[in-house]
Amino acid sequence: MNKTQNNKAWWLVVPVLILVAFNAFIPLMTVVNYAFQETFGDNVFFWEGTTWFEQVLRSGRFHDALIRQFLFTGMILAIEVPLGVGVALTMPRKGPWVSVCLVLMALPLLIPWNVVGAMWNIFALPDIGLLGYTLNSIGIDYNFTRQPFAAWMTTVVMDVWHWTSLIVLLCYAGLSSIPDDYYQAAHIDGASRWAIFRYIQLPKMKRVLTIAILLRFMDSFMIYTEPFVLTGGGPGNTTTFLSIDLVKIALGQFDLGPAAAMSLIYFLMVLLTCWAFYTIMMRNEEQ
Amino acid sequence: MARITFKNVRHAYPSPKGQAPVYALKEINQIWEDGGAYALLGPSGCGKTTLLNIISGLLTPSEGEILFDGEEVTQLPTSERQIAQVFQFPVVYDTMTVFDNLAFPLRNRGAEESLVNQRVEQIADMLDLTDSLKQRASGLTADGKQKISLGRGLVRSDVNAILFDEPLTVIDPHLKWQLRSKLKELHQQVGMTMIYVTHDQVEALTFADQVVVMYDGTVVQVGTPVELFNQPHHTFVGYFIGSPGMNVLPCTIENGQPIFGNNPLKTSYPVTKALTGTTEVGIRPEFVHFSQSGIPVSIEKVEDLGRYKVVTLNHEAEVIKMVMKEGEDLPSSSPMISFDPDYTRVYCDEWLVKEEGVNE
Repeated sequence: MNKTQNNKAWWLVVPVLILVAFNAFIPLMTVVNYAFQETFGDNVFFWEGTTWFEQVLRSGRFHDALIRQFLFTGMILAIEVPLGVGVALTMPRKGPWVSVCLVLMALPLLIPWNVVGAMWNIFALPDIGLLGYTLNSIGIDYNFTRQPFAAWMTTVVMDVWHWTSLIVLLCYAGLSSIPDDYYQAAHIDGASRWAIFRYIQLPKMKRVLTIAILLRFMDSFMIYTEPFVLTGGGPGNTTTFLSIDLVKIALGQFDLGPAAAMSLIYFLMVLLTCWAFYTIMMRNEEQ
Repeated sequence: MARITFKNVRHAYPSPKGQAPVYALKEINQIWEDGGAYALLGPSGCGKTTLLNIISGLLTPSEGEILFDGEEVTQLPTSERQIAQVFQFPVVYDTMTVFDNLAFPLRNRGAEESLVNQRVEQIADMLDLTDSLKQRASGLTADGKQKISLGRGLVRSDVNAILFDEPLTVIDPHLKWQLRSKLKELHQQVGMTMIYVTHDQVEALTFADQVVVMYDGTVVQVGTPVELFNQPHHTFVGYFIGSPGMNVLPCTIENGQPIFGNNPLKTSYPVTKALTGTTEVGIRPEFVHFSQSGIPVSIEKVEDLGRYKVVTLNHEAEVIKMVMKEGEDLPSSSPMISFDPDYTRVYCDEWLVKEEGVNE
């Protein structure tokens, strides 16, 4: 029997290839181009090898931004994950309040990043902002534009306010997939509240929680707009996270080579962490 | 282990405001003996599961009392009732090993580890789970998981009763049979009160000493499988148990004798009570026979089921089913049937008209 040979169908893939080329491959390759070469404009390039990478990896400024970044991501994960799980556990499972709670929870997620930054900026202003004014009037000296600690706290609280809902909603979805039989069986087995959480709810939430943590890790590791609008990276450099620093180097100082090298390092870090995290979680799953 | 008593138990699930409550359970008065194997049999929505959840304490009845060994437990929470329950879908704690799963109810109650080991091994042995004790429970098949659910119920020696809520629904047919005989065997070994909810008559009849037939929120009859077959107290029992179910035909009563169409029927005892209401006569297909004289019928359909034939007959627009043994022949012309008088029952408003002066 003769098989019909017709490869015309391959043409159908072309639109996807073009799309991927323009939104991922070509921009990435441009960055690679800048990372290994030096240019003085007019499209003239000189080969630099790994000079930019060495420069970035040795720079104290990069180390500081990286430490700040890990500190920030660690802090918000440490707050948002337990808080999100906790809120999801206390949300009603049946009745008219379910939709009310869900809408309230989803609300912060619908607000654009720069609006969140602007909101919190005004909210926290010491002289006219509700939060700033209240704190100062009850005797707490608070000024996030001058005090590094206040700036940090405001940024962290803002992120918690904006993104805890995501973890709540994902965990809630995981929780609602548990059949009533499990709870009834646990009652009959005499399980304590903690045992129910540990052996029923947590295992059932594990998958969604993995995804929630991954999403929050990536998002917070790449956070830019909110702290940029809120503090602009200040006071000094105290809230300059990696992406803010990157933009400062690329657009502020126009050091395209080091900025491109830093972009690639940054990109690889996010990719590597996600891969490692996912692999470890999935290996646990299989056992 | 305990004797379970229901006193005027009624239950209604919350209904919309302003509407009268709809009772899922209407007035249950029962005494279930210690160590018995009971099956709750009935169609979906008849209140079996509601009754079961009332026993285990997952539900508190709207009215009435429930007693274990004469002690009232109506308001007692599930964890204090010493009840084990196996659900329709297997419940296992995925992250634990089979051993830990079985040990869970004991450990939750603070049992000593030596006792835990001893009990778990004993139960695992009974259920053929010894080989997989160290395995993660999530990797097991559905029947393996259901065995664990079962094992968690059996592992405590102090339980008052073990409740099964259609536990074999998700099990493959050939394993169903195995697990069912296992259950029966376990009941004989440990002698606990077991209550088994099902809508499958074969399951109920093979498992239980006493079958409790429920219909529309009431217990219509409690009896051994033989009693349910020979002496259905309610037309529903006749119809629900047996395959095909009992023939229920309209009749009138004259001089204590039921008349079906124009045909007087013989019964083992005369109807002496004055009856008001719809009267019907019930006869199982097994006790309908072809005869020389009797009720003229036409033959509609013959289904050969291998060991026997089911014949569908018609008499003046009334359908009558009968069971014919393999090898018997259909009559050639103008067939007539008669009913075995010992098994011909009269029903009034769906309830059996009992012999006067005879108690059960």
